[in-house]
Amino acid sequence: MELYRKGIAELSEMLRKHETSSKEITVSVLDRIDKVEDRIRAYVTLTRDAALSMADNIDRDTATGNRKTLSGIPIAIKDNMCTKGIATTCSSKILQNFVPPYESTATTRLFEQGYVLTGKTNLDEFAMGSSTENSGFHTTSNPWDIERIPGGSSGGSAAAVAADECIAALGSDTGGSIRQPAALCGVVGLKPTYGRVSRYGLVAFASSLDQIGPITKNVKDAAILMNIIAGNDPMDSTSASVPVPDFTASIGRDIKGLKIGIPKEYFIEGIDPEVNAAVQAAIRQYEALGAVPVAVTLPHSDYAIATYYVLATSEASSNLARYDGVKYGFRAEGKDLIDMYMQTRARGFGPEVKRRIMLGTYTLSSGYYDAYYKKAQQVRTLLKQDFEEAFKTVDLILTPTTPTAAFKKGEKTDDPLQMYLADIFTISVNLAGVPAISIPCGYTSNNLPIGLQLIGRHFEEEKLLQAAHAYEQATDWHKRKPDL
Amino acid sequence: MKWEAVIGLEVHAQMLTAAKIFCGCPTTFGNEPNSQTCQICIGMPGVLPVLNRKALEFAVRTGLATDCTISKYSRFARKNYFYPDLPKGYQISQFENPICEHGHIEIMVDNELKRIGITRIHMEEDAGKNIHEGAGPYSFVDLNRTGVPLMEIVSEPDLRSPKEAVEYMKKLRSIVRYLGVCDGNLEQGSFRCDANVSIRPVGQEEFGTRAEVKNINSFRYVEKAIEYEIKRQIKVVEGGGKVIQETRLWDAGRGITESMRSKEEAHDYRYFPEPDLVPIMVEQSWVDEIRASLPELPDAKKQRFVSDFGLTDCDAELLTSERTTAAWFERAVKANGQPKAVANWVMGDLMKLLNEENRSIEDCPIRPQQLAAMLQLIDKGTISGKIAKTVFDEMYKTGRDADEIVKEKGLVQISDSSEIEKIVDDIIAKSPKEVERFKAGDEKLIGFFVGQAMKASKGKANPQMLNELLKKKLA
Repeated sequence: MELYRKGIAELSEMLRKHETSSKEITVSVLDRIDKVEDRIRAYVTLTRDAALSMADNIDRDTATGNRKTLSGIPIAIKDNMCTKGIATTCSSKILQNFVPPYESTATTRLFEQGYVLTGKTNLDEFAMGSSTENSGFHTTSNPWDIERIPGGSSGGSAAAVAADECIAALGSDTGGSIRQPAALCGVVGLKPTYGRVSRYGLVAFASSLDQIGPITKNVKDAAILMNIIAGNDPMDSTSASVPVPDFTASIGRDIKGLKIGIPKEYFIEGIDPEVNAAVQAAIRQYEALGAVPVAVTLPHSDYAIATYYVLATSEASSNLARYDGVKYGFRAEGKDLIDMYMQTRARGFGPEVKRRIMLGTYTLSSGYYDAYYKKAQQVRTLLKQDFEEAFKTVDLILTPTTPTAAFKKGEKTDDPLQMYLADIFTISVNLAGVPAISIPCGYTSNNLPIGLQLIGRHFEEEKLLQAAHAYEQATDWHKRKPDL
Repeated sequence: MKWEAVIGLEVHAQMLTAAKIFCGCPTTFGNEPNSQTCQICIGMPGVLPVLNRKALEFAVRTGLATDCTISKYSRFARKNYFYPDLPKGYQISQFENPICEHGHIEIMVDNELKRIGITRIHMEEDAGKNIHEGAGPYSFVDLNRTGVPLMEIVSEPDLRSPKEAVEYMKKLRSIVRYLGVCDGNLEQGSFRCDANVSIRPVGQEEFGTRAEVKNINSFRYVEKAIEYEIKRQIKVVEGGGKVIQETRLWDAGRGITESMRSKEEAHDYRYFPEPDLVPIMVEQSWVDEIRASLPELPDAKKQRFVSDFGLTDCDAELLTSERTTAAWFERAVKANGQPKAVANWVMGDLMKLLNEENRSIEDCPIRPQQLAAMLQLIDKGTISGKIAKTVFDEMYKTGRDADEIVKEKGLVQISDSSEIEKIVDDIIAKSPKEVERFKAGDEKLIGFFVGQAMKASKGKANPQMLNELLKKKLA
């Protein structure tokens, strides 16, 4: 099998045995990019030269016996994580020429473990969207059907992993932005517990919801990346001082007796029958592995989307105020200060970003704050309590990741509300701050991937990975590759 | 109609931390523009604030010193508005759940003690500075000050006159300087205030509509701006108009306040809890530790000066308004200086000399022990009180000891009665007319004889002995 098709664990093993070099792997991945990228368009910026020189350095280093966890592994980074000296655009015109003089904590940790950066991947502008169609630059294609969207907002990262344009990737997840594209592209995506991974250097969309996580070809690779990026960071006050386990340790343990909650609110009308069938089959598979399905209820689920779009947009309206043309990024000329602000923001931001800024500005306004922001915070507490209640009786909760498989480009762009519903099963998890993983659990008759979501208790990513891996071992879904 | 003013002050005090409130940049004043900035304080994409614990400690110290309740649970909020000197488009401040609430301080006005309530003390970051000079059609932005920690100390509307407002400001300044949490420098803007002013008929409970007066940067202007604003409001109301709720700017040059923006134009700051910072949970044990480390505060020190040293309230108040002055005074007393005499010298000659040079007492060329030694020379009769002034000036100029100066300049008091007698006889002989008038009942002329004798002795004659001798000889 070609090197670019493999995962982190397998390539690391080969490197350890000197069966290949970082250079060989990197060249293989870059060649793959050359072959498919014009169809997929997963990347905003390719860092070809940097990747090759990083690979050379690592080969030199490892020759002297200095081997690290990620030595020589080509990884793609969502373009909303700051990389020192490399453009970080958030797929927004307003940051098109922005080159940060500092590095995010997550990528610093990858760098310290010897990763090779292949490039920065496309996203919906400022991570606001579910299809990459809101990118200020271009739409990424789903490798399984290039007429379709890859999901979003981490659509570039998910597509790059699915199309083997990198060995693994980092994404960020505010309302499903790792899990939804992972599901639609047939790869693994983990959103860690809020506070598990430092947000320092992640360009903020909604600070109380954003979380960085891995997008990988298999569950073990996700665990390997978690071992590197998780952990308290003095630069991020919201990062938790919780001990970081070896996430790979639980992998391979059986799941006999594991109680898996099935929430009735997630198996609703409007869910695609093929998706439903695949998820039901997955439940039976878990039973066969010795797990015990238990009916649970998450009664406030109906309010999740409304709650999310009040809180996320409120925070976003404030987080995005700094893009004013004064200090960095795009500036439009104006006849005075106010005009410069307005022209810069009018031309720099795309329509969805503007829509959310306006929504958030409204919900925070004097006279509306109590009815919207404050009420939404109260509902958020209820949603969190739903999970706490359910987790008193079960170890994990199982749901579909998305109600349908990947939709066609342009299908939902005229109807923002329809687009928002693509995240209906993933949003509650961010509001509650709990971890969740999406893994492939089947394919539609059109050969489109279907994702299964497992949700865990706060800081119990180990259990998620253990259960996801057990399922992966028993199935072949993750081995399928799109035909490109 | 008789009117009463109702005044509340919002004081912004810059905290004396070495680093900014949410990043590690230094807080030094007056450096090259934008030389004290990093990605965090200039709000670049993706960066996050981390609270400087020292700023929290300083706010708690101030809260404890003003009898506030320290909140067990406190949090930051974002105050959203666009301005070029505000790089994030919001200021991290506190809104609900400030760190300190419900305190008070006491001020002395016209010899009466008055308690002024403190509504709240909260922490926030300062904004940068726009520079309009020398920039052509543009403005320059200097972000050195961005992120410098501030405390906003909000008073209750308990003040009733410009004078009370000034006394409140002065007491507050004295307290923060005692605590070492703020240098209290009004000119550099590290201690500045906005005043909320309204008027109501005397006897009415309900408050009038208030105007907020900004841009007040000296004690004198606190008084003047509020005075002006009260008069303006009275004139408006008596002229049949209504005071409108608005923000007004003090124009020191013209001595007036001018409308800046009305309530309708007021910003909607869209406050909401800052999601990048976790709520602050203050441990009682830490608060207790801080409380134990508080210095003796101005009021307590004043009481002690009155009871231990027999000073008057007024003297004690003056001596304790600056911690360094009080310390200097106490050191002089400890070196066996008589308290009342030390107090007079410190508040009189010493302050005059220091103020002339705009020098702080910490750089005073005279050590407290040296003053005490000089006072002993007076007590022993070595020098007269009058000569002492000359000696003191010389000590200030040179930093030398009093006895050295006295010896070198031959300033030792003449206490030899025969020597003084000679001088007295001489003057009486030279002034027959004055002697005659004196004897005829013009007793004021005694001053003339004393003056002449002092002049003849170059001021060194022991004044008491001189007086006695003169009276005897002229009788």
